[in-house]
Amino acid sequence: MADNGVNKGRRRLLLGATTVVGAVGAVGVAVPFVASWQPSARARAAGAPVQADISKLEPGQRMTVEWRGRPVWIVKRTPDMIERTENFDPARLVDPDSQAQQQPDYITGPLRSIRPEISVLIGICTHLGCSPLYRPGPDDVDMTAWPGGYFCPCHGSYFDLAGRVFRNVPAPSNLEVPPYRFESDDIIIVGEDQEAA
Amino acid sequence: MGNPNRVKAESGFMRWVDDRFPATQMWQDHLSQYYAPKNFNFWYFFGSLALLILVNQILTGVWLTMSYNPSGEGAFASIEYIMRDVEYGWLIRYMHSTGASAFFVVIYLHMFRALLYGSYKAPRELVWIFGMALYLLLMAEAFMGYLLPWGQMSYWGAQVIISLFATIPFIGPDLAQWIRGDFLISGITLNRFFALHVVALPIVILALVVLHLIALHEVGSNNPDGIDIKAKKDESGKPLDGIPFHPYYTVKDVFGVAVFLFVFAAVIFYFPEGGGYFLERPNFEPANPMVTPDHIAPVWYFTPFYAILRAITFDIGPLQAEFLGVVFMGAAIAVLFVLPWLDRSPVNSMRYKGWMSKSMLLLFAVSFVILGVLGAIPATPIRTAVAQICTVLYFAFFLLMPFYTRMEKTKPVPERVTG
Amino acid sequence: MKKQLFALLFALVPFTAMAAPLPEQPHSMTPDINDQASLQRGMQLYVNYCLGCHSLEHQRFARAATDLGMPQDLVEENLIFSSELAYNDQMLTSMTRGDGESWFGVSPPDLTLFNRVKGSDYIYSYLLGFYRDPSQPLGVNNNVLEAPAMPNVLEPLQGVQEMVCAETDRPVDGAELDPLTGKYQSCEVMQVTRPGAMEPEEFEDAVYDLTNFLVYVGEPSKLQAQVLGPKVLIFIFIFGVLAYLLKREYWRDIH
Repeated sequence: MADNGVNKGRRRLLLGATTVVGAVGAVGVAVPFVASWQPSARARAAGAPVQADISKLEPGQRMTVEWRGRPVWIVKRTPDMIERTENFDPARLVDPDSQAQQQPDYITGPLRSIRPEISVLIGICTHLGCSPLYRPGPDDVDMTAWPGGYFCPCHGSYFDLAGRVFRNVPAPSNLEVPPYRFESDDIIIVGEDQEAA
Repeated sequence: MGNPNRVKAESGFMRWVDDRFPATQMWQDHLSQYYAPKNFNFWYFFGSLALLILVNQILTGVWLTMSYNPSGEGAFASIEYIMRDVEYGWLIRYMHSTGASAFFVVIYLHMFRALLYGSYKAPRELVWIFGMALYLLLMAEAFMGYLLPWGQMSYWGAQVIISLFATIPFIGPDLAQWIRGDFLISGITLNRFFALHVVALPIVILALVVLHLIALHEVGSNNPDGIDIKAKKDESGKPLDGIPFHPYYTVKDVFGVAVFLFVFAAVIFYFPEGGGYFLERPNFEPANPMVTPDHIAPVWYFTPFYAILRAITFDIGPLQAEFLGVVFMGAAIAVLFVLPWLDRSPVNSMRYKGWMSKSMLLLFAVSFVILGVLGAIPATPIRTAVAQICTVLYFAFFLLMPFYTRMEKTKPVPERVTG
Repeated sequence: MKKQLFALLFALVPFTAMAAPLPEQPHSMTPDINDQASLQRGMQLYVNYCLGCHSLEHQRFARAATDLGMPQDLVEENLIFSSELAYNDQMLTSMTRGDGESWFGVSPPDLTLFNRVKGSDYIYSYLLGFYRDPSQPLGVNNNVLEAPAMPNVLEPLQGVQEMVCAETDRPVDGAELDPLTGKYQSCEVMQVTRPGAMEPEEFEDAVYDLTNFLVYVGEPSKLQAQVLGPKVLIFIFIFGVLAYLLKREYWRDIH
């Protein structure tokens, strides 16, 4: 066990090399363990885009489809509903022009939709996650000039028919618009983006 | 500050820690100034490898519980869910299933090393007993784990083993029912086995590993010559034939780990079924209480004891053959615990024992392997006869040990370790 | 050190040597899960002839499409018949358990893991082993599984196969080899007596593809293991060489 004749440089080099390779190996071993927390094929299948057939949707009617475990509302707005929404006083809304990122880039304007008559919204209140109630008519809510929209019973938030949130309610932002596209006139795919025009 | 009797770092962060926790002291006691004999050979790799596999089993096991469903309806499908739908689930699952078999390969070699060099003898009796308790718990752990995939072999293997308890006179049938928690093995049994497999037994196993290591480090490692290295020390009190565990045996064990991992990875990637022995074919069919597979065999690491069980085909007095089989199987494991007191040889290592010890160990090892093969294949009259001979040899190794170890002439033991 | 390596490898030999043999089958095949064309044809056959009764409840269409190199729209158009199933779903049959039991006496088993239970030779031989037998309730028997509970769904492709008395090259139990012709005389020779849509060789290829597909379905992760395995082994080997050099360097102190 004499120290003479020990090649310190070689020893340090080998120690360093083994340590580095060992550390790389440890990271490599960690990869499957970390990756296994990704959504599994089952979760991805459940979260896959869903098709909605709107051919039987009457004007003014709402249908609900499930996407990634959340309700997605599809409403066929009547010309009257469109008019009430477009002409509603923006001063009573928090974010009338949809500045916050609550919708895909291709969703713009006061109606927050691809086609004016078809509204697609995620039916979860942006306050604490309740599902608001559909109150489409002007008399459905006891409020001056109610344009039609949604009322969350949990904490009393109001949204118009485009999902835009009212001022002075607990919900901080507009209802979320999911990515969606029209496969044909009657078929909507929720969960897939509209292809860039 | 702190305990003034401890070895402490001079200053800095480690000094701060040492004043509160004996880190430097422990590092010295168990690694940098734990003196191990310098003549360890190939047989001494398996202790550290067992520790590595234990870590592998715990890590992969924890990850498997994240996606496993411990219910009679969902267990089988959840294994395939892990194998297919979970990212890298197949790899984690194969690491766990191959790890179980690797654990026993390594443990059997580790135990054989102890037999070869007399590592169970004074003053290492407690090291051996803790080790045997670990082996027993490991078998329970493996048995319960094997039920979890809820395949045909899981189900019927467990059926056979639990039925063993039913052969105990008077209380047997009630005991078996109590273990199952049902009139047949069902989701209820699966649930309790799951709880024991993933929570209770691992805790006890970890505690015993700590005891095993503390006992070992208290008395020091044995070596292939079976002599006490502490008998010859230099002026500073260090054993002349000892070298610090770190760095010498840490770097050596790292190399052992690399060789092991190479074989282990090759099995995981290319032969995860282990030729039908690590994962048995009938286990790819969901458990079905109505249909028994053609041939039920326990997993390979239990087969030697299963062969002993089946070798007892005769009644003795009022005792039925089935019950006697269970008694013999239990005795085959129990006798290991008293081994330190059976060996009366003045020497430890097989290198210096006489021809009788050597032949008995050889016969014992051969009969253990033959029993293992016989336990995996269907019984025939000839095979049963062979199993009976091997059972006699198995027990003869232990029960005759007090005699042949005293009678035989031993070779002189050198003063210092060789080679 | 070489001795040590060898000993460690040697410790594993008994397990390969005593590998549990599967019973020998009349025909044997060597699966090739890297032959995508064969697997694609096999999947098409499966979907057309088997999926009506036998689910693959753990196999998703999407996974098969990815592994077999098929685009999503082609799979959706040509391989997913049931309106209730989507691309990401498992390959389930539309037949209910009750229907299966009332039609065939037993519910047709799920075949996802069939290869891992029975082995590919069994599947291959079973599919080739149907022959006409009027004494059976379904009019067919099978030389691998006596009295099958399923009809020979591939008969339109294979043609009518019957067991006849003829000469054969294959050794037959209890039959003497004819030294002149080098053939055996047997009354258990399978012969196609009325041709189907495929020539016999074509049909054997089709059954190979179908069996190959079931081998893939039994363990899709094998494809991933094949890709990852060599990389991991090479890495561990490099690590092992470094570890060995390091060990030797330190142990210069001792020797």
